[in-house]
Amino acid sequence: MIAHLKSREALLMGAIIVLVSLVATRFPGFVTPSNLVAVFTDTSPLMILAIGQMVVILTRCIDLSVAANLALTGMVCAMINVAMPDLPVGVILVVSLVMGAFLGAINGILVWKLDIPPIVVTLGTMTIFRGIIFLLTEGKWINAHEMSAHFTAFPRATILGMPILGWFGIVVALIAVVAMARTKLGRSMYAVGGNPHAAVYTGINVGRTQFYAFVISGMLAGLAGYLWIARYAVAYVDIAAGFELEVVAACVIGGVSIAGGAGTIIGTLLGALFLGVVKNALPVVDISPFWQLAISGAAIIIAVAFNAQSGRSKGRVILKSAEHAQ
Amino acid sequence: MQSQKNGSAESSSSTPILQLDQITKTFPGVKALDAVRLSLYPGEVTALIGENGAGKSTVVKTLTGIYQPDGGRILLDGQAIKFDTPQSAADAGVTAIHQETVLFDELTVAENIFIGHAPKTKFGLIDKTAMFDRTAEILDGIGAKIDGRVKLKDLGIASRHLVAIARALSVDARVVIMDEPTAALSQTEIEELYELVDTLKAQGKAILFISHKFDEIFRIADRFTVFRDGQFVGEGEIANVQESDLVQMMVGRAVDQLFPKREADIGETILEVKDYCHPTEFEDINFSLRKGEILGFYGLVGAGRSEFMQSLIGITRPSKGSVEVEGVQQDIRSPAGAIDAGIVYVPEDRGKQGAITDLPIFQNVTLPSLNAISNKGFLQLAEEFKLAREYTERLDLRAASLDTNVGALSGGNQQKVVIAKWLATKPKVIILDEPTKGIDIGSKAAVHDFMSELAAEGLSVIMVSSEIPEILGMSDRVIVMREGRMVAELDGDDMNPETLVRHAVGIASTENVT
Amino acid sequence: MSLAENTTRSIPDRLRSPLRSKVVSWETLLLGVAIGIFVFNSLASPYFLDAWNLSDATFNFTEKAMIAFAMALLIIAGEIDLSVAAIIALASTAMGVAMEMGAGTPVLVLVGLGTGLLCGAFNGALVTKLGLPSIVVTIGTMSLFRGISFIILGDGAFRGYPSDFSWFGQGYVFWVISVELVIFVILAIFFGILLHKTNFGRAVYAIGNNPTGALFSGIRVDRVKMILFLMTGLMAGLAAVCLTSRLGSTRPSIATGMELEVVTMVVLGGVNILGGSGSIPGVVIAAFVMGLVTFGLGLLNVPGIVMSIFIGLLLIGVIALPRLWAMWRKS
Repeated sequence: MIAHLKSREALLMGAIIVLVSLVATRFPGFVTPSNLVAVFTDTSPLMILAIGQMVVILTRCIDLSVAANLALTGMVCAMINVAMPDLPVGVILVVSLVMGAFLGAINGILVWKLDIPPIVVTLGTMTIFRGIIFLLTEGKWINAHEMSAHFTAFPRATILGMPILGWFGIVVALIAVVAMARTKLGRSMYAVGGNPHAAVYTGINVGRTQFYAFVISGMLAGLAGYLWIARYAVAYVDIAAGFELEVVAACVIGGVSIAGGAGTIIGTLLGALFLGVVKNALPVVDISPFWQLAISGAAIIIAVAFNAQSGRSKGRVILKSAEHAQ
Repeated sequence: MQSQKNGSAESSSSTPILQLDQITKTFPGVKALDAVRLSLYPGEVTALIGENGAGKSTVVKTLTGIYQPDGGRILLDGQAIKFDTPQSAADAGVTAIHQETVLFDELTVAENIFIGHAPKTKFGLIDKTAMFDRTAEILDGIGAKIDGRVKLKDLGIASRHLVAIARALSVDARVVIMDEPTAALSQTEIEELYELVDTLKAQGKAILFISHKFDEIFRIADRFTVFRDGQFVGEGEIANVQESDLVQMMVGRAVDQLFPKREADIGETILEVKDYCHPTEFEDINFSLRKGEILGFYGLVGAGRSEFMQSLIGITRPSKGSVEVEGVQQDIRSPAGAIDAGIVYVPEDRGKQGAITDLPIFQNVTLPSLNAISNKGFLQLAEEFKLAREYTERLDLRAASLDTNVGALSGGNQQKVVIAKWLATKPKVIILDEPTKGIDIGSKAAVHDFMSELAAEGLSVIMVSSEIPEILGMSDRVIVMREGRMVAELDGDDMNPETLVRHAVGIASTENVT
Repeated sequence: MSLAENTTRSIPDRLRSPLRSKVVSWETLLLGVAIGIFVFNSLASPYFLDAWNLSDATFNFTEKAMIAFAMALLIIAGEIDLSVAAIIALASTAMGVAMEMGAGTPVLVLVGLGTGLLCGAFNGALVTKLGLPSIVVTIGTMSLFRGISFIILGDGAFRGYPSDFSWFGQGYVFWVISVELVIFVILAIFFGILLHKTNFGRAVYAIGNNPTGALFSGIRVDRVKMILFLMTGLMAGLAAVCLTSRLGSTRPSIATGMELEVVTMVVLGGVNILGGSGSIPGVVIAAFVMGLVTFGLGLLNVPGIVMSIFIGLLLIGVIALPRLWAMWRKS
């Protein structure tokens, strides 16, 4: 437990607290409970997607199609709402989960059955998904007035002072923590990424595990798709463009090893939260929002350099004296 | 090729749990298993004996469902069965403890032991409490003092090994395969392992014990099966066999024929290494090497021999020390620098470090000599083929053509390509790290022959080997390393198996050594 | 087993003639596809077979192809650079800043190329000195480089480049042969020779197949990788010069998503995304294929985003189809 406190998670937690405190010294309004809840809620889609991405990266893959999946699923939800305004939100949620999972499964099948490198697959599906949105809409936007009220109100409705969007972040995180620690699939993902060769020996199907990872990532992207367009009450082709990079950034900052097999849900959540705090703090401290891209870029590089340093194996120590000296 | 079948029918009343019958497995260029058979009996340890390349690991992979045999049957309790996935082998109660500790760094000890078959709660989630309890039970049972909650990456080699054993015990195994289980263990740990094997025997499990250490085999096995070059040679009961018979079966000829005596014509000093140290891997290495000399480096696995050699050619940096080639001080910072200085290293790990398996033979051979076959950086294809042909022919390479990919060759021929590639740089010193590991007997003899020939031509050879007959048969002088230090330098009459092993394991008196 | 008695036996250099192995190759297949698209386009649109239209079509790929050549070597060596489009943005921004300070065309070009080189050096140093995986490093620098452009430009733009600067992206050497096309041909020949005829190229293949083995064989792996990142950065800088010159303005969103098209071009050209194999002729043909598809669809009034579906399908399809074919033949 103590070792855990010294870990990446503690360090990130510290960084977030320092960041928030620094902002608070000059702008106390930033740390009011209501603003903190707003920041958390705003970061919720990033957290949901980052959890999906982490699962994929754990199995030595990467999913660059998440933002496109989000946009496509979100658009389909919006179109369904336009066509059938009275359809309850529950149905829409199921549709978003199923459709997202289906899009993820396409990635997964190509990686599993055809053994195509994940980066190629998801670079491809990323453009294809976006293109399909255009085909569906001919480039038209779906605006707030075309969506029904309950459709857009749902993520913004508050429970115990926090919008449902924020609660979704918490629920997904809780499920993920339990699933990663307490299910065979969750543990298999660490095994597949950590040592695929050994995973085969222990009877784990590496390809199938990667397939499930893509399905989970897609499902969460689909969920975030509905929440996103309902929250902003607008859907168009380029929604969340480039967001996949922020998602990967959250994972890397959270200590997920791009080589697979290492990373925690808590770390990933903190990585997302770190980016969310930066994003929300910039306008408060009157720095142009144009800084955000460069900051997350720098954060990725620093984080990955840090990961490499801490992950660098200590070397096999043969000399007994050297061992004692340490 | 005499077959020896004393006893398996007459003395044992029990029937085998698991049998391999006429199993064949072919890979491009090699017949790894050629109609072999193997029987494993309840409550008995069967030793599978054979040299590297005899087909032992292929058998393990066949038994655990990693490889599918091309022909033959696997019989479980006399019934034919197929192990088409690792899972189906596990379901049949076959479990293996592997050569490398093939486990997962980022998972806890308990998770490593129970991955794939963890106890579940009524909600279908992994029951952590039950898992940790069972882990503690199993680890206690084998006398391991390991906390089930720590991550595997925080354990040492020996403890990892115990975790692997615990994993094998956690499934309800009927057949336990131990693939060189003592390779990385200390003497006390080996004794503990023996006790563990006795426990498993008492529980009626059939054990396949793979080793090429005779003391171990005679200490622990009830039966033996010998393979040579992928073929079944013989089987029987350990009680009815002499060590020399086993060697005869393994090698297929008398041992001393393998290493033909040759005339040593040793000249002036070529290489001088002084006070060579590394922060963690080795220290105080001092020796000199003369023209035409073969210097053997002996030691147990992990004694720091390869680490030293790789530092010598600039893969890692030493903390201090100096290297002189023909009296000239060298500052070697990379393998490229070592080649320039006239020192080349033929690595042990052929697939990873030696050959570029997806490139053709000729490109492999010329890779370290690109400057020699090019003009101002432009490749001269004719020159390239000429150089490749010259050295592959010297090594008696067998291949369809020079633009065949190296990966398609057998282990022995790959090793010839790898040696050819470094010889083509015309070195002064060649370091051969386990040069005959995993290659067939024929290629082995060719490599030994060739080594003698090179030395006779005035090349200085350093040979790192863990095989005592090879070390003694080939070397003019032997340096023994233990735990990163030089512990002995032997020549003449001191070069005998007993002295070698005594220094390598660090036992002062001769009494404790077999 | 004696060596002497075997010296007479000799192994042939090759079993298949080099010519024959060229005939049954990815490049040939691709060439067939290119010709097919060409024929289809000329039948589908009466405007296609016009010298000036065809010349215009080359602008669809020349800038991307410049980067793709260097990227091909980098991917063959087992690395990747996803920051190339961001390097274009930063180099273009740097040129804009230089222009505002009154720099003439030669200085602008030097600034563009120099920025590209610096960015490449930064990527290369992170990968070779710190040993970081290039895919993450360049996802990071992709945000960083473009982010710096955004910081400098915000939602503004640089305009008003000197008139002689437009030569690179809008000039013609003679008749319909554009400056960019000439640069493309020169670079194709340069990179083709570098990869296929030199020690350096051989080292690139060796590293891509087995970096450890290459290191043990005396290849200076880190140096080769560093040079490859520098070349990729430099080519992105050159593409920035051409693109800025052609557009006549700089926005921070310039060349967004171009890294994807460059990687697609390289993979379509038969380069193994995992490293170790590929050829420059393949990339050249792939450049034409992508240019022809884009241009043909453009003539048929298909919008750009729909073309990207084709690009995405092409990227997955070229890898998936041979594998599906192999699976189908097996069963």
